[in-house]
Amino acid sequence: MPQTLKLALGPNQYYWPRQAMLDFYAGIVDSPVDIVYLGETVCARRHELRMDDWLEIGQVLAEAGKEVVISTLPLIESASDLKALRKLTEQAGFRIEANDMAAVNQLDRAGVEGWIAGPTLNVFNPHTLGWLQAMGARRWVAPPEMSRADLTALIAACEQPPEVEVMAYGRLPLAYSARCFTARHFNLQKDTCEFRCLQFADGIRLHTREGEPFLTLNGIQTQSAQVHNLLADLPGVAQAGVGVLRVLPQGEHTADILALFDDARRHKLDPQLAFEHSHAYMSDAPCNGFWHGRPGVEQYVVSSSIAA
Amino acid sequence: MDLVCPAGSLPALKKAVDAGADCVYVGLKNATNARNFTGLNFTREQLLDGVAYAHRHRRQVLLALNTYPQARNWREWTDTIDLAAELEVDAVILADPGLMHYAVDRHPGLRLHLSVQGSATSFEAINLYQRYFGIRRAVLPRVLSLAQVQHVIDNTDVEIEVFGFGGLCVMVEGRCALSAFATGESPNCNGACSPGKHVRWEDTPQGMETRLNGVLIDRFGKDERAGYPTLCKGRFDVEGETYYALEEPTSLNTLDLLPELARMGVKAIKIEGRQRSPAYVAQVTRIWRAAIDRLQTRGDGFEVDPAWMAALNQVSEGQSHTLGAYYRPWK
Repeated sequence: MPQTLKLALGPNQYYWPRQAMLDFYAGIVDSPVDIVYLGETVCARRHELRMDDWLEIGQVLAEAGKEVVISTLPLIESASDLKALRKLTEQAGFRIEANDMAAVNQLDRAGVEGWIAGPTLNVFNPHTLGWLQAMGARRWVAPPEMSRADLTALIAACEQPPEVEVMAYGRLPLAYSARCFTARHFNLQKDTCEFRCLQFADGIRLHTREGEPFLTLNGIQTQSAQVHNLLADLPGVAQAGVGVLRVLPQGEHTADILALFDDARRHKLDPQLAFEHSHAYMSDAPCNGFWHGRPGVEQYVVSSSIAA
Repeated sequence: MDLVCPAGSLPALKKAVDAGADCVYVGLKNATNARNFTGLNFTREQLLDGVAYAHRHRRQVLLALNTYPQARNWREWTDTIDLAAELEVDAVILADPGLMHYAVDRHPGLRLHLSVQGSATSFEAINLYQRYFGIRRAVLPRVLSLAQVQHVIDNTDVEIEVFGFGGLCVMVEGRCALSAFATGESPNCNGACSPGKHVRWEDTPQGMETRLNGVLIDRFGKDERAGYPTLCKGRFDVEGETYYALEEPTSLNTLDLLPELARMGVKAIKIEGRQRSPAYVAQVTRIWRAAIDRLQTRGDGFEVDPAWMAALNQVSEGQSHTLGAYYRPWK
């Protein structure tokens, strides 16, 4: 590993009560993360924190030396979604992670430089990535389904690769819908959802009829039930040309997980050992199939000789 | 208003043209299109025949090239764009900006449509593709309400195509990795959702079980008709309750909305179903042709013929239909 990997805290995908959110980010000030992504990235109806709250949190984190990024919604439906997006892209004062081409359009038209191309932009080849770079993208978050082999080939084919970030920990965001599956579970409509997501700090687990955990319902987003975990794969991640590890917040033990990643990236802890330690902090089984070009649900074991 | 019909094979293309489709959309036999299923789609020679047949009847052929190529297989996708230009298809339906750039660069006369796989749900996204690549039409994902579709149309010069009938994707297309999660094959990159080679049907004492790469998608009782194990239309357990947690097996049918869609300025209606038989394509095309023709002659006096609805329900998934996201409470 030539350079120490940067550690990023991805946007919180869940809807927590206001005070829980404020407490959580207050705890991040002294954490080892280099980059913090803020903002609502699932549902436009979630507003325990308003834009001014996010900016205030961002200010505190920036003063603590963190790079602060505001992430945009991946699914834009209404005129008000677009208005909110414009306010973000024009006035945030922080770097923006664009998660939809509408955001890219606004950033490009405003001539903004140095934004982040988010994981939902469907960048799978160097040509599309180069187009975004020409518009000012300086970091790119790979789609969760991209394998190590494809990522390596993509970076190798870039004229001037941007900084590359991968999803390293958390339940995988797998799909977005117009429909709210949490509301549906309670026989409610999205427009009158009673904000039921507030009751589920880690979403609602969906099992097969054989009782196997399979997916997680999180409003309009569908996630894996399993926790994507690349701790044991860190040496390969660095070799692939990745610069930034993204850890997604979870209901509990996010700080413990960040500490393990921090130790592993600084070679204070063997990655395999860090992975084993992380089991104590995971509420669901691990998976890493996507990284190895396999079904994402799988936990693909690399032999320790390769891992090292 | 153009009627855009699916053709998974040369016979289906001919049926669609004969039944009154204005345009047919097709794909090649590989991962370059989002219906990459065994036994489906066109060879180069079949496409050549299909284009000749359609053009002889003054109809258009649109080539779906709407998956995302990677560094390792880039050439296969660009070769397909070259082929589309050579065979003089009337437009290519693309999702990947890198490919759009290639198409504009090499074949400036080739008409570009933005695929539903591009996940463009707003005029801002659509206008970005127009500014850079001059796209002429965009297909909207099935996530917007009627008012939201209107808002898009009011703010772009790009023609808007919407889905009228056929399978309902519950998730935003191009933003769904559920199939990849379960099977390793993704709609985005492999053009396959819940692919057949991972499907297992098993008669068990508990009923007929359908599995996708081992994952139990549904289990059917004696009196139930066992459906295909499409991942998002299975029955699952959520907090002790077993139900269709994402969506029932059902089809989208917007026949009732046709006058409103026309009034709003929708340029084209898309019928889903390249994986369906030529007979299905013929039947659905005939009904939608009749409906659009009646709308054009009767205007405000347009009424849906109950026989059309009954016939469409017969070929719908689960013999039922929905207005999907166009109807707000669905959300």
